[in-house]
Amino acid sequence: MSNRLLLHYNIDSADLHAAGEVSSTVKKILKQLGVAPEIVRRVAISMYEAEINSIIHAGGGFVDVEITTQKIFVRFTDNGPGIEDISLAMQEGYSTASQQVREMGFGAGMGIPNMKRYSDDLKISSAVGEGTVVEITVFINN
Amino acid sequence: MKQYFHSVTLDKEKCKGCTNCIKRCPTEAIRVRDGKAKIIKERCIDCGECIRVCPYHAKKAITDSFDKIFEYKYKVALVAPSFYAQFKDKPDVNVILTAICKVGFDYVFEVASSAELVTEVTKNFIQKNNLPKPVISSACPAVVRLIQVRFPNLIANLVPLLAPIELGARLAKERAVSKTGLSPEEIGVFFITPCAAKATYIHEPLGIEKSLVDGCISIKDLYLRILPVMKQIKKPKMLATASTDGIFWAKSGGESFGLSNENNIAVDGIWNVIKVLEEVENQTVEDIDFLEAAACVGGCVGGPLTVTNCFVAKSRINHVLENTKLSPSLYTYSSDLDEAVRWEKTIDFEPIMKLDSDMAVAMQKLEQLEKINDNLPKLDCGSCGAPSCRALAEDIVRGFAKESDCIFRLREKVKKLSVEKGDAQ
Ligand SMILES: Nc1ncnc2c1ncn2[C@@H]1O[C@H](COP(=O)(O)OP(=O)(O)OP(=O)(O)O)[C@@H](O)[C@H]1O
Ligand code: SF4
Ligand code: SF4
Ligand SMILES: [Mg+2]
Repeated sequence: MSNRLLLHYNIDSADLHAAGEVSSTVKKILKQLGVAPEIVRRVAISMYEAEINSIIHAGGGFVDVEITTQKIFVRFTDNGPGIEDISLAMQEGYSTASQQVREMGFGAGMGIPNMKRYSDDLKISSAVGEGTVVEITVFINN
Repeated sequence: MKQYFHSVTLDKEKCKGCTNCIKRCPTEAIRVRDGKAKIIKERCIDCGECIRVCPYHAKKAITDSFDKIFEYKYKVALVAPSFYAQFKDKPDVNVILTAICKVGFDYVFEVASSAELVTEVTKNFIQKNNLPKPVISSACPAVVRLIQVRFPNLIANLVPLLAPIELGARLAKERAVSKTGLSPEEIGVFFITPCAAKATYIHEPLGIEKSLVDGCISIKDLYLRILPVMKQIKKPKMLATASTDGIFWAKSGGESFGLSNENNIAVDGIWNVIKVLEEVENQTVEDIDFLEAAACVGGCVGGPLTVTNCFVAKSRINHVLENTKLSPSLYTYSSDLDEAVRWEKTIDFEPIMKLDSDMAVAMQKLEQLEKINDNLPKLDCGSCGAPSCRALAEDIVRGFAKESDCIFRLREKVKKLSVEKGDAQ
């Protein structure tokens, strides 16, 4: 028995209908673990934004979740187009979303700023043409 | 802890163990064990979905028997506006209310009247307080319970004000006391309820310690009693005072209709409510000011204890007053109501899904759960009596079920045994 719980999920390609499924599943699990609602909320919001990004900007990917009694760590990996200028992408209002995506209600350029706001630590690494890795950490302070 | 009262219960005799209900329950509160359905009490929100879906009518809502009203010296009917939508041909509301008096009540109070007042207070409250957006209506007790057990982060979004039923009970009781000189205990206030959730509410009120409603009679019950009486009423008493603003509360969209916010949405049907609350939790709908949420399709007119189809009833609500002459209301808004209808206590999160109170132990259980789940066929067939394979895995971890409850796992096990036996021979 380890004190670490590892979970793995795939995010199916550009299926917007499935958007939010992984964050919703993890949310349910965190509730089963008895994690405080406020922490669950922060993880869920950050994950939801990252999940949507990997669908609309990168055509899907996969997610690894690591849970301990101290923290929740989530890594989103995709093989999408990558982000050219990460510091630009972190800015509020910056978005490269297409008109079509905007019409669906995304593309306000608030996703990454929200991840930053709701997580304790956010790391994004990316290579153009190769893909993007987004790492989100939220601490559980009992 | 005292036992939580639920209106929704199972009639064991009638239950055939068919599993129709288990998937329709929004909180996965039902299991079929030993051929009979069983409701996990902590999880049930009294939404009534199982009452609607059971083909054998084995799920029922406990309301009071009509005779209970005669235990009181003075009997008050609190009439929900959804009651008016049960009748064909737009009868005069005065006739409906007079008929209610004829079958045994001494006084009728239209909940639509208190709803009008609650609308005013809600307007002021939202204006003066900075609640997280969207502000969520607390009028439907099933939705409030849902939030309490499944969306703890949204408790802060709820309007912390008494629902029209409770304000109505207070006003009606006060009035009856001053009119009759009786003591409050001698006055029985009965809500004419469209649903189980409100029946539960009077035992397990929200935001206050004790409800002033003494009992509830289902809309169906009263409808059947007054229908023949209505025909005989030639000269009704002029009892109707509530305007459309209050009456519209009976249908989805009616509550927000009275509020003059710009961006209101009204969601009805418990599954739609869940979808929207998920979005609210993800903070994707912050541009909405007010969210009206009703567990029943159509709003209260779609309550499980009503008579008329909810779509028909919803349209009737628009025409309720067409043949009614209103009298001036006895109850008008005054600013002291603002304080008077505030919740007196907070609503607390109930972590019903928690596997263990020690997170490390819960993690071990979850790991086990995932492992068991991996071995289940993922057909969510329901034959085991749980709503999904994952729910069965959860039940196993909690110690309420075993892997061989899954017929596929059982078959494998039997096959393996017979092969082993065959080998031995
Ligand atoms: N996984 C990803 N792959 C490639 N580009 C990405 C990825 N995630 C984000 N980006 C880039 O970063 C930009 C900013 O992302 P952010 O989530 O903040 O805004 P958005 O997705 O455009 O709009 P919103 O999240 O408000 O709907 C995106 O427009 C996109 O150019
Ligand atoms: S009333 Fe609703 S929550 Fe309760 S058991 Fe029935 S379907 Fe489930
Ligand atoms: S929508 Fe109305 S009738 Fe339905 S459960 Fe809620 S309060 Fe009861
Ligand atoms: Mg985004």
